Amino acid sequence: MQKLKERSVNRKTGKSQNGNGEPAGPGAAKGKKMGEIVIRTEGFNFYYGDEIAIKSVTMDIYKNKVTGIIGPSGCGKSTFLRSLNRMNDVIDGTRIEGKVEIDGQDIYAPGVDVVSLRRKVGMVFQKSNPFPKTIFENVAYGLRINGVKDRAYISDKVEASLKGAALWKEVKDRLNDSAFDLSGGQQQRLCIARALAIEPEVILMDEPASALDPTATLKIEELIEELKNDYTIAIVTHNMQQAARISDYTAFFMLGELVEYDETSKMFTNPGKKITEDYITGRFG
Amino acid sequence: MSDLKEKAIHGLFMFNGLLVVIVLVGIFALLVGTSIPAFREISLKEFLFTARWNPTSYVRTQYGIGAMLVSTAMVTIGALVIAFPLGIGTAAYLSDIASPRVREIAKPIIEILAGIPSVVIGFLGIVLVGPAIARLFNIPNGLNALNGSFLLAIMALPTIISISEDALKSVPKSFTEASLALGSTHWQTIVKVKIPAAASGIFASCMLGMGRAIGETMTVLMATGCAPAMPHGFLDSVRTMTSTIAIELGEVPYYTTHYYALFGVGLVLFIITFLVNMISDIVLRKYQIKVR
Ligand SMILES: Nc1ncnc2c1ncn2[C@@H]1O[C@H](COP(=O)(O)OP(=O)(O)OP(=O)(O)O)[C@@H](O)[C@H]1O
Ligand SMILES: [Mg+2]
Repeated sequence: MQKLKERSVNRKTGKSQNGNGEPAGPGAAKGKKMGEIVIRTEGFNFYYGDEIAIKSVTMDIYKNKVTGIIGPSGCGKSTFLRSLNRMNDVIDGTRIEGKVEIDGQDIYAPGVDVVSLRRKVGMVFQKSNPFPKTIFENVAYGLRINGVKDRAYISDKVEASLKGAALWKEVKDRLNDSAFDLSGGQQQRLCIARALAIEPEVILMDEPASALDPTATLKIEELIEELKNDYTIAIVTHNMQQAARISDYTAFFMLGELVEYDETSKMFTNPGKKITEDYITGRFG
Repeated sequence: MSDLKEKAIHGLFMFNGLLVVIVLVGIFALLVGTSIPAFREISLKEFLFTARWNPTSYVRTQYGIGAMLVSTAMVTIGALVIAFPLGIGTAAYLSDIASPRVREIAKPIIEILAGIPSVVIGFLGIVLVGPAIARLFNIPNGLNALNGSFLLAIMALPTIISISEDALKSVPKSFTEASLALGSTHWQTIVKVKIPAAASGIFASCMLGMGRAIGETMTVLMATGCAPAMPHGFLDSVRTMTSTIAIELGEVPYYTTHYYALFGVGLVLFIITFLVNMISDIVLRKYQIKVR
């Protein structure tokens, strides 16, 4: 782990040149290297009613890295991801124990503003879910609900976000068409653009490419590669090759527990646990 | 064998459909046929564009439906203005905010509201709403357009609420989640995503509510005071087209101009409701195409 952190520091110095300018966590000021860690969970349990879905997960997610989350179906990947921006709040009867800190702040502490948390931690869903609005309005939505009125600013931001999501070229002449006229892959990139428009720090992606064909999947993967320069990304995937290709770190979940978490290269070549190896090599799951 | 059955079922449905059309055309033909004789004595221009309705005058009979048209429009639009925000607000509350317990209590109450006979609502208009309006605005009596609007709004509410609520409920959860994940509040999500996505259903609910309000007779008859003069505001007593027909058709001598003219009023009413339905249908279709 120590080695990992060293590497992150180096990358970070390189990174700050691309003008991201994210404030480091409060811990950084205390010189605890916490600025590298964007999200930290500690002994995190999650319950649907009486059923426990996440068991005592302690895990750090690093800044400007892609963290892949893998594991068999039903092991709690989505639940874990949705805990990080409190999307699970909308489900009745859920409950947590332990801590989730983002930039050193406990996001489940009383009085936390969930709305601004979600602005900071964006999300892309498994099934693309554009609004029944135009392409332009889909991307502008996050700005408008934030009370942005300046039209020039909005249209610049929409363009920049669509470019950021590698969709601009394909849609620049049809911004006023319905978002539903786009192909599945384009819709998913539109959802990514929509998330980018409000400038989150972290983007959570729950199997964003699972409904797409190989070409569209490749596009999304290239995009993620691009995005990690400016964002911290946590991505759930069922596709081992994909996890290996795009993530810097990989977390392996099983039955709600974090079984192993390490650099992707290590996880895929020399995992610490037999069960991880079995899963990755497709011997079960 | 099953082919034959298929054909029989097909035929049955077609017959049903045809029957509806025949009844509709029949009503229309009856109204047209019975109102035509009226126009031997009244010019169409006088009928549609003058305000005074005074068919029993000994000096000079007058057959203008202007005041009635305005009265009907006022009461209906007033009802919509009251019922629309209330209905959508309630629908949004029930579909998105209320706890299951509250919903369980509220739904049957709203259904009961829909089942109250219009004469009872009219009664409430006389004994409850009327005096309240009179006191509030400091006028001698509260039997006026506002009273009618208020009562019709109550009658239209169950339709508006239940259809709008269904429409809001059928908005995919993925839209709601997308909106919340972008950091919008619950309230913003309802107003900016759910209501627009459910707009066609909400629109349909209002049109249905409006259809009911235009045609409603007993309530307005009882609660609006029924003065046949041209109203100048919502605190004036009004007499709608439906009230006029209900009041006069029972007593009018058959086959007189007055008798035929009342059918003419019915015809106008029929055409208006028909147009309202058609327009809402067109708007609905257009909107749905745009959303897809
Ligand atoms: N809304 C819910 N209510 C109750 N239980 C739920 C709910 N959502 C998920 N669960 C349960 O929580 C556990 C974890 O589910 P989760 O969706 O997080 O799994 P996952 O790893 O994302 O699976 P998949 O790979 O199939 O998407 C499962 O046992 C599931 O049945
Ligand atoms: Mg999942």
